[in-house]
Amino acid sequence: MARQILVAAAAILFALTAFAADEDTLTIGYTVSRTGALNLDSLAQERGFEMWRDEVNAAGGIKAGAKRYKVRFVTYDDQSQGGRVQQLYTRLIVQDHAQFLFSPYSSGLVATATVISEQYGKLMMSIGGAEGKTYQLGNHYLFQTYTPADQYLSGAIALLKEKNPGAKIALVYSDDPFSKAVASATRDQAKQAGLSLVLDESYPPSQTDFSAIINKIVASGADALLGGGHYPDGATLARQLYDQKASLKWATLLVAPDSPQFASLGAAAQGISVPSQWAPQVTYKPDFGPTPAEFTKRFEAKYNIAPGYHAAGGYAGGMLFQHAIERAGSVEPDRVAAELNKMKATTLWGGTQFSTDPKSHGLQLSHQMVLTQWQMEGGKLVKEVIWPASAATAKVAFPYR
Amino acid sequence: MHSPRFLGKPTYWLIVLATLAFAFAPLWHDNVELREELLLAAIYVILASNLNLMIGYAGYINFGNIVFFGLGGYFCVWLVSSHGWPLVAAALAGAAAVSVLALLFGLGILRLRGAYFALSTIGVNEGVKAFVANFTPWGGSTGIYLPIDAFAPLGGPATALWVIYFLLVAVMGLSLLLSFAIRNSKLGLGLLAIGQNEDAAAVLGVPTPRYKAFVYSVSAFLPAVAGALFFFKSAFIQPDDAFDLVFSTEAIVGVMLGGQGTVLGPALGAFVYEELRSTLLTAETFSNFQMVIAGALLLLIVLFVPGGLMGWIHRRWPRAKKVLE
Amino acid sequence: MFGILASILDGVLVGAVYGLAAMGLTLIWGVMNVINLTHGAMIVAGMFGLYYLASAAGLPTYSAIPPVAVAGFGFGVCLYWIAVHRVIGRPPLMSLLATFAANLVLIGLGTSAWGTVLFNVPVSLPGLTYEGYTFTGTHMMAAVLTAAIAGLLYLFLYRTRQGKAIRAVAGNREAAELNGIPTTRVLALAFGLGVALACTSGALIATLFPFTVLSGAAYQLKSFVVTVLGGLGNPAGALLGGVALGLLEGAMTPFMPVSWTSIVEFVVFVVVLIAFPAGLLSFRRS
Repeated sequence: MARQILVAAAAILFALTAFAADEDTLTIGYTVSRTGALNLDSLAQERGFEMWRDEVNAAGGIKAGAKRYKVRFVTYDDQSQGGRVQQLYTRLIVQDHAQFLFSPYSSGLVATATVISEQYGKLMMSIGGAEGKTYQLGNHYLFQTYTPADQYLSGAIALLKEKNPGAKIALVYSDDPFSKAVASATRDQAKQAGLSLVLDESYPPSQTDFSAIINKIVASGADALLGGGHYPDGATLARQLYDQKASLKWATLLVAPDSPQFASLGAAAQGISVPSQWAPQVTYKPDFGPTPAEFTKRFEAKYNIAPGYHAAGGYAGGMLFQHAIERAGSVEPDRVAAELNKMKATTLWGGTQFSTDPKSHGLQLSHQMVLTQWQMEGGKLVKEVIWPASAATAKVAFPYR
Repeated sequence: MHSPRFLGKPTYWLIVLATLAFAFAPLWHDNVELREELLLAAIYVILASNLNLMIGYAGYINFGNIVFFGLGGYFCVWLVSSHGWPLVAAALAGAAAVSVLALLFGLGILRLRGAYFALSTIGVNEGVKAFVANFTPWGGSTGIYLPIDAFAPLGGPATALWVIYFLLVAVMGLSLLLSFAIRNSKLGLGLLAIGQNEDAAAVLGVPTPRYKAFVYSVSAFLPAVAGALFFFKSAFIQPDDAFDLVFSTEAIVGVMLGGQGTVLGPALGAFVYEELRSTLLTAETFSNFQMVIAGALLLLIVLFVPGGLMGWIHRRWPRAKKVLE
Repeated sequence: MFGILASILDGVLVGAVYGLAAMGLTLIWGVMNVINLTHGAMIVAGMFGLYYLASAAGLPTYSAIPPVAVAGFGFGVCLYWIAVHRVIGRPPLMSLLATFAANLVLIGLGTSAWGTVLFNVPVSLPGLTYEGYTFTGTHMMAAVLTAAIAGLLYLFLYRTRQGKAIRAVAGNREAAELNGIPTTRVLALAFGLGVALACTSGALIATLFPFTVLSGAAYQLKSFVVTVLGGLGNPAGALLGGVALGLLEGAMTPFMPVSWTSIVEFVVFVVVLIAFPAGLLSFRRS
């Protein structure tokens, strides 16, 4: 008798799981830098992915034609190194059967991963890969969400031209693909704006002591500093600028000041500005998905910290895939790619339109950067949007402190 | 290589067998995932076997051995992207250039002994890395990207990956055969003598400077070819990846784990280490721990089983010494 | 014009700290012919030690340094018994790999525990400003403390019994053994002392710039360069070597892109290794 009950129970369970399996899953694969120099920003990006996945699944999954797909992630740690990326992405595609891919974080890793995604004809949404060269290598299935690197400092240049047309700029940047791409464009933009470059130098990304460079900045007579790299070097540079009392009227650093952790530098953080792919205060009116304010509220409720642009980008990347799949009514790569190629949308993230020119396929055309600045308000450091004027939430603090 | 003396030795056949196994295993059911895994394993075997020529035979620790791998990669990718050379020509030309450079570096640092030599190899690696990062014709710190159509001459990306894999397996086979041939030659005897006691060897008539320079240069060639193939496959090379001291160290772990000074030991050790590492890398619980495991493993070997796996096998089954060198 | 002088002076200040970092390495190397490849990890340990004592536990920054040194000593002695003791007599390859393996374990545990998050110990001391160039108070304090520690080390090695025992073992272990010195304990003591010096230098560096678990690697490389410049086993040489390196860096940076300084450093390293194997400033007959 007991045995028959057991068999019946097993049969019922089996039937139930069979029913459950009827609901399809969509597997998205990516690598994240859990360890290594890029881990702060890469993990922030992943929070954006995960929040999107949780919301989509809570709403029943992505609707593609008649089917609904629950989103499932498969991820590995790329250790912030390109060396493992290709093996891991091949594994994601071949063994884990990932149907779509998110890129790793940072331009160098994205370039390496693209080789794999292109070989297997899988769509990859590039989030965190700003360097433009990656998109000029002849891809068909790569789509960039970020504003390309060459526009990172155009806002700061425009602002300097307005506030201090005789500015003497020191361009000091990290020797990595992303920062170099930014610097290269900035040189041209400064020249076109009629601003003079009195110092133009790169430092190794692993540099820990900037006192020598700061002395050079002082010696050059510069009154504006543009540059930096990623979090570790940017944060140190900011701190040592403050310690050495370098007499500058303006400082814009890449990436680092965007992180909420930058505020822990205290007085050294005040006045520093950062080009941002996104800020919680932006006022884009989305065609689909949550507004920036709604997204920020939900993110803070879920993670207890404010979202930076890495997290917003991650969330947007997922949303763009979802929207393209829903419009295509299928998860077929070519049909989804066709929808992405057609897309001209605005979301919480801002504008999205991908280049369809084969020489630069996937390059982001319409997304804009903002410039945010850390300002002291009532004794607390707050990040305000200062440029463009249409998006500004506070006046520019010039000189920066 | 095909003289009767070699054909009689079981080790020779084991090498041939292993190479064929690597070549045919992924072909079964078109197993791309296995191919990717074996490709990395092959690279570790290549690095470890060639490194063994210095560490195991001559007793000179080359901490910066990865510099050959990286330079081979740079020469090849540069020749392909800037001058349109075909892959195999670029790889061979690059490796030849690297061997010449190794000879030049060797002239300087091979007069150092023991720890000084080991440290100087780190200096060479880091110095080359810093130089390449500032060298604009090679892309500086941004490195060199290959466009997707670089794979076209090989039949497109999918086919190219197979071709590159087979080439790497061939290089792996050659590395093992080279190790085997040297060990069973007069050069090998001389190197082992140098490893035991360099001054005594010199007194006994071993031409030590020539042998050392030769083996240092030779030990650079095949890793350089491997680097050329690997970075061509990755379609991207930059200084941090090309001259990665951690990778260099892992080759040493492979040599020690397997048994330095033997022919098959380093290959076995490299293979085991790579399998262990890749399992750890993707295993949920331990994926952050691979450095700890690798280090603990190396420490245990150095402290308790310095002869590595081969040393243990030889002690346990002394007769195996004839079969498994 | 003053800019160049300022750069050189600042280089000397920072160089003193490089020297302190290298002192621990060179002591261990000279006494027991072991190259301690956990040196970088020990520097990082000192950095974290200072961070937790000063920032988290609230001790005034500079008074947190002695506890870090003591903890470093204890840890060094443990490390000696775990990883180094068995490989002392063996070929140098073994001790190199043993300490290297221990380093992998330590750094691996560190990244598992702390990731690569940047840590910062905020310290503010009044500096000296002259013609627009500032010498920060922290740099000057670090140099002063380094000189003090170097002085203490000298007193220890030349004026105490333990110190003399260390020098005896360094000179000739067998003779020392025959003279009744418990050499194994002395070696453990020396190793602990070397690690303590590395941790202390790490703590000082933490007062100067932010750090991550991986920061030690760069200082370890600099320590090698300095050790080779100053001559193995020669702490005074290490200090001078550090100052020399700092001076070289300070003199170079006004004239060339900062990214070239590391190339010059490595070339200097290899050249000195080849041409002056006993170090540029060898007070010891090697």
